[in-house]
Order: sequence, then structure tokens, then C-alpha cells
Amino acid sequence: MSVVTPKMIGSRVKRREDPRLIQGLATYVDDIKLPGMLHLAFRRSDIAHGIIKNIDVSKAQAMPGVQLVITGAELKEFLPPMPIGTPFPSPDHYSVAVDRVRYQGEPIAVVVASDRYLARDAADAIVIEMETLPAVMDTERSMTGQPTVIHPDFPNNLAVPYVPGGTGFDAVAGTVDNTAVDKAFAEADFVLSQRMLNQRLAPTPMEPRGVVAHYEPGKDHLTIWSSTQNPHILKTFIAALTGTPDNQVRAIAPEVGGGFGCKINIYGEDYVAAALSKKLGKPLKWIEDRSEAFMTTIHGRDIIGYVDIAGKNDGTVTGLKIKLIADIGAYNMILTAAIPTLTMLMLNGTYNIPAIRAELTEVFTNKMPTDAYRGAGRPEGTYFVERGMDMVARHLNMDPAEVKRKNFIQPDQFPFATQMGAVYDSGDYEKALDLALKNANWEGMKRERDAARAQGRIVGVGLAFYVEVCGLGPSASLPTGGWEYSSVTVERSGKITATTGSSPHGQGNETTFSQMLGDQFGIPMDDVTILHGDTGVVKQGIGTFGSRSQAVGGTVLMKAGDKVKDKMAKFAAAMMNPNEEMDTSDMVFEGGRIYAKGSPGTSIGFGEVAAFAYVPVPLPAGLDPGLSDSAFWEPANNTYPFGCHIAMLEIDRDTGEPKLLKMVAVDDCGTVINPMIVEGQVHGGLAQGIGQAMIEEVVYDEDGQLLTGSFMDYAIPRATDFPWFELDKTVTPTPVNPLGAKGVGEAGTLGSTPCIVNAAVDALSPFGVKHIDMMLRPEKLWRIINEGGQA
Amino acid sequence: MANNVPVSININGTPREAEVPPRTLLVHFLREDLGLTGTHVGCDTSQCGACTVIVDGKSAKSCTIFAVQADGCEVTTIEGIGSDGNLHAVQEGFWEEHGLQCGYCTPGMIISGVTLLNENKNPSEQEIREGISGNFCRCTGYQHIVSAIQYAAKKG
Repeated sequence: MSVVTPKMIGSRVKRREDPRLIQGLATYVDDIKLPGMLHLAFRRSDIAHGIIKNIDVSKAQAMPGVQLVITGAELKEFLPPMPIGTPFPSPDHYSVAVDRVRYQGEPIAVVVASDRYLARDAADAIVIEMETLPAVMDTERSMTGQPTVIHPDFPNNLAVPYVPGGTGFDAVAGTVDNTAVDKAFAEADFVLSQRMLNQRLAPTPMEPRGVVAHYEPGKDHLTIWSSTQNPHILKTFIAALTGTPDNQVRAIAPEVGGGFGCKINIYGEDYVAAALSKKLGKPLKWIEDRSEAFMTTIHGRDIIGYVDIAGKNDGTVTGLKIKLIADIGAYNMILTAAIPTLTMLMLNGTYNIPAIRAELTEVFTNKMPTDAYRGAGRPEGTYFVERGMDMVARHLNMDPAEVKRKNFIQPDQFPFATQMGAVYDSGDYEKALDLALKNANWEGMKRERDAARAQGRIVGVGLAFYVEVCGLGPSASLPTGGWEYSSVTVERSGKITATTGSSPHGQGNETTFSQMLGDQFGIPMDDVTILHGDTGVVKQGIGTFGSRSQAVGGTVLMKAGDKVKDKMAKFAAAMMNPNEEMDTSDMVFEGGRIYAKGSPGTSIGFGEVAAFAYVPVPLPAGLDPGLSDSAFWEPANNTYPFGCHIAMLEIDRDTGEPKLLKMVAVDDCGTVINPMIVEGQVHGGLAQGIGQAMIEEVVYDEDGQLLTGSFMDYAIPRATDFPWFELDKTVTPTPVNPLGAKGVGEAGTLGSTPCIVNAAVDALSPFGVKHIDMMLRPEKLWRIINEGGQA
Repeated sequence: MANNVPVSININGTPREAEVPPRTLLVHFLREDLGLTGTHVGCDTSQCGACTVIVDGKSAKSCTIFAVQADGCEVTTIEGIGSDGNLHAVQEGFWEEHGLQCGYCTPGMIISGVTLLNENKNPSEQEIREGISGNFCRCTGYQHIVSAIQYAAKKG
């Protein structure tokens, strides 16, 4: 790779995306209007579990403006079950329920009408007769087949009956040797046990889902605009399910208003819009209401961990056993069954724990399916490990920082093969811990807590460390392929147009990627345009999730850039010295000019070379015209960013209301391209991690009715919920990619959640509390304070 | 279906007249009838604030108002706040301080920032947090939004 002179990389550059966004000029999917466009509305199940006895569409069909009313049974004739992306066995899951519904909000019938209001009126006019079945709502009761079985082919509601992992597990042979784990537990000074729940969450990007599908009959061509994180995957799945050749499908992610994992999936509404546009030959639009989003956009988390942690009295942790039970809801979506395996992968944490046994079971319930939500499996694993480490500290009356320090994987142990089968790339955990302790004034915080307690206040401090798996990944780790794609074109004018398969929805890649190419070619970043989110423009791609844009998408951008740069250097050399062959390996691109290293006096303009490359007279020997190339690249390993989060929390004695007083974060995501954007990512991650700990929880009642069906009942954090976040970083580059970048999109959600629960447990420890499940509902805290005992 | 009713609303300084079904929400009138798509819809229960506009000088959630209720009013949407080369100080603050990521809540958030500063020229951090507490942002954790409004306040 050629050397990149650091100029824009590492700078706090204002975002190039912002002018259109701050003026209300951006085009989100609901802003798209096509001539003759019709609107879809879905009639959904009011109950969680039941058999469809009859659907009467006559009244709906007769309403003015209604073009079509269609049921699941009719759609089944031309729309197969939805595909998934994991290797686990899975029951058929149709876009629209055929004869039975399995979660509240599951679509039963579809209306196509000339206007959005009319479509909704007609959907409401459909009369449905249902036979109600018992709702399977309790995760652990579900595993016994009680009160009933949801999918006949999956006895006891076991979606994935048993996945072992950890020390002594032979993945190839499928055998488990418990010798080391049993020995660790037998020789331990203590074993601490705790059941913990990592509760169900709703991702809630501010823009709900939405789709516009436009089939053009004469061309047999389907264009689909969708609020998606990965248009290329969308294209592949839509093509397959609608029987359209994939070279006749164009998927476009217009401006996308946040994703947080839930817009990785391709949902029934996307398939229905595409299939019905094809059937009617008309453009169709569907925009999700927020009430629909709470019911029918994937949920995150919802996993129980039975944690047994063993150790020595000096603070050394010698063994860990975790039994995981994931409540995946009613069906498998694209990555559903794989997410809890990421929880398993992270169970080594940042510690040199020599013996770990993990066992995973995934169960069906009558709830919305779970799938990737910011962090996707890793926050859950981190939570279990970090709560366990905090329990050890509390048991031994040691400072939690010292327990971590005693057990950290050391810098000279990298690459570090964990008991869970991961190979951590690089890390210096103690450095990040020390910086966080210093920035937080940890000793001072503890004194402040003690002083507050002496005044009768209920105050606690908490600390958590995390490592996560990012930059996904080798193709072996992703069913879609773990590469990314980019193209770079130097235009005739000397400006650059690049395409990327990364598909940002708030991450600011138009800015960071322009910074990178500007530096690489020695031209102003304003001369670079980054195109993304359109399979008609970006030839191939995977998309944006798993904190992979910079580590994988950024790297392949540079690889494509290098190919073009090499060719451009040859054109420049030929222009400077037409008669002799120059060594072009050390041509310098700087300040809009190109010159041989050491001879800046005889430079040539970047734009001149670009113009010449498109009208090369005479054509230099060995060169073809033009300056455009592309690259695919996949990393040999994932990246493993890490960090330390520290919090201080107070609980109101009279109301039980918790208040976050202080939040300190030190994150290490390797090389930083734009510190301002990285800070923004950490802030947002912290907000969602704190939200999980303190105020967010999806709640169904025992009949499967969603009680948190709107923003009135599901609390996402407001500006008043947070103190000023105090951020800092260490930089430990990854050797996995030449940029050294690890990824930062999800980091904030990993440490903050256990850190706050650790602080809450610390605050409530005078009441004998050793653990408390999330969220920190004031009523629950009030009862502990006023009625005593465990949560 | 009830007959359409006439509405006359001054929007971003321009009088607009139309006949709309009485149940048309102001936000849909702005977006669908007038093509002012900068105002967004993020929920259906008046919590998120993505649809915030200014009605007769006060911020209002346009998903909670029928178009006919705004008859005779002056409405300012994000499109009337400022434009390229002539950005409002709050818009400038959002750009300078990275007060947005996906941008979906941004128009409503900017409107709330503008009305807050109209009422309180020099708000404290806590007053800013309270001033935007009717607007949800899922991306930023709000900190850079607070900075953006502080930037605008300082600029005056």
C-alpha cells in the first residue's frame, strides 16, 4: 500500500452530509412520490396466538379508491416463505400469515388503495374471525412446551435446543470435555451464582421502516427503495423471493433515518410491496406507523443468563459457567438465531479466564422475533461477564478495578485465543482502565459516595470493561459474505467519484471516506464525492452493521484508490518524461500535484494528468485510457475494540427514581479518522446502553398483548436523562487492516449497561442487594429501599 | 366521507390556500399537499417531536393538529428557517457541533432550538435539555445537540 500523508485523517472535519439534513432537503423513503403510486396498509392480528377461521374482505373491497385486498393464503400462491441467513432449522414464515398467527401485529391481509388514509380505512373494514390459542409468553415455561407448542415441528418450543461452547468443546467432533471446567470449580475458593435477565428492547430508529416498490412491466425491472442498512442484501433477497432475476432488481437506500440493526432485516412488508407492484404493474408505497414498529420491527436482546463464577480469594477468576436461554419470539428473521451465538463468543470478556463452559438454548414464544440490535449479542455477553466480575469484587470486598486488573489479558498475549474460539487482535486493557480511573477520579468518586451515604443519600459507583467483536468479518463469519466493495474514479476534471458498499444511515461515511481519499490523492476532500446505497450505482456490497464500515469499507476504499493511484502515477510519469521509463513506485501526490519523490520542483497538476488519461495522445506504452478501478476485500479476522465505562448513580429514597450523576467513558477503537464522528457514535451508544439499564423494556402481558406499544409506554431517553458524558480514548491499532481501525458504532452500548447496574447494586448494597435485574424501575427500587430485601 | 373544507395558512411567509378533507393532519398537508417534506413523522402519539413546526410563534407538533385547525395561522417549517448561505444560527450550530447523525429528528430539533432561543436568549445546559425534551433523538445522546444550541446562543 502506498503511504497516506496524514492531513485530513484524524481531523475534526464538519460533515458533508449535514447541509441537506439541517435544511430539511434530504430524501427519506416517505418523501418519494411516483406517478400513479398506490399505498399499502396491513391488517394485523390483534391477538398473539390464534387460528384464522375466516377473513371477510367484501366491505373493504367495495370501498372507493381500493384497488386490491389480498390475504396471506392468496399471497402464498406467488410469494414463498421468507428466507433466513442462519444455518439453524426454521419453521416456515410467510410475509403475511396463512392460517395461524403467532405474535400480536402479525399481518393477516393487505390493502392497496389510492391514498394512505383510504388504505387504512379499508384495512380496518376487513372482518376477521379468530380462534384464540393460549399465548406462550414465559421464556422458561415455554421450554417445557407450556402452555402449548407454537410450531408443531419444534417440540417444547425449542428453536435451537442446545449449543455448547468454551473450554474442551471440539467444534469439529461436536464433543464436550468438562475436565478443565470441573477442576476449576472443584478447586475454587468460592463459586458465586446468579440468574440475570438481559431484557427485551425495541430499537426505535426515529425513522420507522418504509418501502417503495416500482415494477416496470415493459422492462421486467423492479426498483425498490427501502429504509435499509444493506441494499445489496435486500436486492438479493427480493430478487430470489419474487422470482425476478437479480440483474433486473435495483435496490436503493435513500436517506435512512437510523437503523441500529433493525434495518438489516428484510421484512414481510418489503416482499409484499415488491410482489404486489409486480402483480399490479404499479408503484406501491408502505410506511410503517410507530405503533406498528413497536409490534412488528424486530426486538433486541431478551436472553437469560444463569451465571456461575469461580475464583480464588486473591481475586483471580478461575472458571465461568453460563447457561443462556434466548427468547427469540415467534419466528426466525435473517440473523435471529445467530445473535445469541455472539453472546457466547464474548464470554471471555477482557480476562484470562482459563475454564469456561457456555450452553445456549433458543426458544420460541408468541412475541415479535428478536434480531440484531446495536451490539447484537455482545452487550448481553458483556453484561453477564461484567456483572459476574462485579459480584466477585463485592464478595471479596475488593475494588472492582483491582479485580479486573488482576485478571486482564496482558498486551504481550495478543493475538489472544479465547476459550470461546475468538482470536483477539490487539489490546492494552490496563492503559484504558488507568485512564478511565484517572479521568473519573475513581478514588474521589468513592469518597463522594461515602460522604453522600453518611448524609442518608443512596448513591453508588459502578465500573465496567468491555471488548467486542467488530469489523465483520471473514466470509466464514457472515452468511452474506464478509467482504466489502468499493470503486474509485478520477474524473476528467480531476475530481474523484467513489462508490462504497457500506450503506450509512447516520455514520457520516460521505465525510470520513472523503477525508481518506483526499489524503490518499493529495487533493481537497471537497473534490471527492462518495456514492452509496444504490445497487444500480454501487456494483456490489454488503452494508453497514457490526461496526464494519471503517474497518472493512474504509480499507477496501483505500485498496481501490491504490489501484487508480498506481495507474495515475504512470500517466504522470509518462507526461513528465515521455521518452524514458520512470520508477513510479515513489510518486508523491500532494497539494493537487504529482511529482517524483525528492523532485517537487518538477511536478505536474493532478487535473492535467486526469485530463490526459482520458485523451492520451500519444497513449503511453503499456497503459490503457481511463482512471477507474474497483476492489473487493475481506479481513482475515474480526477486530476487537475495547473500553472502560464508569458511572455514579443516585436513587431517590422517597420515589425510588434513579438519576445518573456521572458518566465517564474511555474507548479504544484503534485508528480514528474523524474524532468528532467517533465521539458522536460513542455518545449515541452510551445513550442506548444507559437506556437499557435504566428505562427501556419491551413488556407483553400474559396474553401476549404488547403493553409498551407506543412512546407513551416504551421510554427512550430524553435529553434530560443524561449528565454531560466525559469521553476519552486510547489508541491501539488493529493489525487486521492497514488502517488500524477497529470500529466504534456499537461500543457505547457494551460497557455502559453493566456499569450502571453495578452502580445501582453498589447504591443498594446497604440494603443487602447483590443483584438487580434491568430496567431500574423506580417502583422496584422503592420496594427494596422501603420493604427491604432482594429485588 | 365529509366534504373537503377550505384552509388558508401562511407558510414560510407565503399564503397557501387549499381544500382538504377535515381529518387531514397538518403534517400530511405540509408534506403531501405542499411538498414540504423536511417536516418528518416519527410517531403517532405526539411524543417524538420529529414533526415540530412553529405555529404563530410557538413550537407545535404538526401530527397533533388538523390542517383546518391551522386555518388563518402563520406556520414556519424547517424550509423557512434558513437556507444555504443564509443558515440560521441554530442550523449552523448543528453543523459545527455535529448535532445530528441520521438527520431524521433534526428539523424538529432545530425548530425546538429556535423557539427555545426566541424565549430564552441565554439558556443554561439544563434549560436547553428541558427545552428539547419534547424531541427524541436516538443517534446522538443529545450532547452535541446541547452544544449546537449553546453555539447558536453564543452567536446571538
